Amino acid sequence: MNDVAKASFIERAATATPAPVARVIKGLSDRAIAWLFISPTIILLLAINIFPLIWTIQLSFTNYRANRPNAEVKNIGIDHFQSILTDPDVWAAMQATAHFVFWTILIQTVLGFALAYLVDRRFRGHGFWTTVILIPMMLSPAVVGNFWAFLYQPQIGLFNYVISFFTGLDPSSFEMIGSVKLAPWAIVLVDTWMWTPYVMLICLAGLRSIPEYIYEAAEVDRASKWRQFWTITLPMALPFIMLAVLFRGIENFKMFDLVNLLTNGGPGSTTEVASITLKREAFEKWRTGYSSAFAIILFVTVFGLANIYVKALNKVKSR
Amino acid sequence: MSRGISHAHSIVEPGPISRNVAGVIVIVYAIVALVPLAWIFLTSIKTPPDSISYPPKVIFDPSLEGYCNLFTTRSRQTAEYLQTLAPPSGVCEKIARDRNMVIVGPSNYAPRFLNSLVIAFGSTALSVLLGTAAAYGFSRFKVPLKDDLLFFILSTRMMPPIAVAIPIFLMYRELGLSDTKLGMILLYTAVNVSLAVWLLKGFIDEIPREYEEAAMIDGYTRLQAFFRVVLPQATTGIVATAIFCLIFAWNEYAFAVLLTSGEAQTAPPFIPTIIGEGGQDWPAVAAGTTLFLVPILVFTVLLRKQLLRGITFGAVRK
Repeated sequence: MNDVAKASFIERAATATPAPVARVIKGLSDRAIAWLFISPTIILLLAINIFPLIWTIQLSFTNYRANRPNAEVKNIGIDHFQSILTDPDVWAAMQATAHFVFWTILIQTVLGFALAYLVDRRFRGHGFWTTVILIPMMLSPAVVGNFWAFLYQPQIGLFNYVISFFTGLDPSSFEMIGSVKLAPWAIVLVDTWMWTPYVMLICLAGLRSIPEYIYEAAEVDRASKWRQFWTITLPMALPFIMLAVLFRGIENFKMFDLVNLLTNGGPGSTTEVASITLKREAFEKWRTGYSSAFAIILFVTVFGLANIYVKALNKVKSR
Repeated sequence: MSRGISHAHSIVEPGPISRNVAGVIVIVYAIVALVPLAWIFLTSIKTPPDSISYPPKVIFDPSLEGYCNLFTTRSRQTAEYLQTLAPPSGVCEKIARDRNMVIVGPSNYAPRFLNSLVIAFGSTALSVLLGTAAAYGFSRFKVPLKDDLLFFILSTRMMPPIAVAIPIFLMYRELGLSDTKLGMILLYTAVNVSLAVWLLKGFIDEIPREYEEAAMIDGYTRLQAFFRVVLPQATTGIVATAIFCLIFAWNEYAFAVLLTSGEAQTAPPFIPTIIGEGGQDWPAVAAGTTLFLVPILVFTVLLRKQLLRGITFGAVRK
């Protein structure tokens, strides 16, 4: 904003008459205002985030079951933690989660960056098409995921029809959701469809943050486009790409809604990612203490991994 | 998003060929990505037999059956009984009669949709209100342990929703907040407020302090300066933040499915439970999905500038 606009703005602000109500609270010091403004948020977070978190920690050392509120609650120490960390089913769930997180991030990053790079060519109407591409990520993963189950139906589903149209396979010869081999890819595909736009947007912000003059200098030095890409574009966009990876990583580690409606962890427990296991333990088997311990382990894992990653990210940024 | 006219003839402008090729690839991707959504809409105007025919039908007689089934409950009757009834009044009644059914009452879709509206807008209003105040506080004042508090506020988003739902479930049961709109509004607000504070603090940091200071020298109190100087300047940021909160609350599923069952149930957990005779009634599910997605679609198109700014801005700051 330039000085003229600023001056006229202050003038306008200065000529406005103060409201009478304000006189009542005129006596409030800055300190009082600071607390008045911040404390409601802190109180809400204490009540709905921190208190429950502490309760979860406390429950994780007990054999409490939410469906038997009157049963005697015993303190059983770290038994839950021990049994979770040695439970092969839990490790299977962690593996399913790792498969999901790894492949979604890899595919979405490559695809998202490629799209961002293409959109940054600024062809005619790129603004409009960017908005169109964004649409899937705005929608409810649960509601859309539920509909993907219909697209994936063998025999009648559109997905199987399209695949068979292009490959000649019999549409009823494969089941995306029903088969052990394909189900993990069915959820990867839907997540990729939904969230590639998000990665694209962040990469686009990265590409647009690269100052034009660097490319101009490279042109003057007759650096090839290929070389410019590897020595300017990619390194300078890298912090943004890494951020996108971080956000998608955290989100997909927590993944629940899409998987719950598409496969509900099935067939068997092939796609049972950590959140689905947690739901089964907590709200189907009602092992509240056990699932609390599991929740804490998950939280510590996300938190720890994210922190290590952020350290690496900061190193890249400060390069 | 524009990069300014000074670059229009820059030597690094992509050439027309690379530009057109890029355009074609992006457009093809966009169209392919839209196919599932188009299919949802097409399915919503099909009859149940058309919706499950093979090969999938692209050309068909459109029908309102999906939308009728979405909003009504029906019961099957014998042909003899149907003949004793007065001729059908209304489109939906006629469709039901053709299937040997009569409409017996409204379905739960409308109340669930209304719950979604109340909870999404209620929690958005509350998150933005609390978030703006807290963001201003963090932006302008020395708050003890500021960085720790800000980090703590953000870290609350790393909890898997199911992990949060376990103690919330117990707590709400004790407090009588289970399956209430108030409970859901408070919960969504708690989830959204962390993002709201982070986004808004960035926007408010950008507003020069001199504006308020000038206003205060002219006799404004701090609060007046906040309401008359800072708030109008932060409108873009507030709108962007509100869109985010609204989209989250509108789309949320995990908490809704675990903590609500009737009274306060929102549309996302309800839509997958729409069933007809013998399995899911796909045209009705598609109709419910379409109606649920339309507000967000309109939103995305109308407010895309703020939306883009919010997404990239939030990402870059965090």
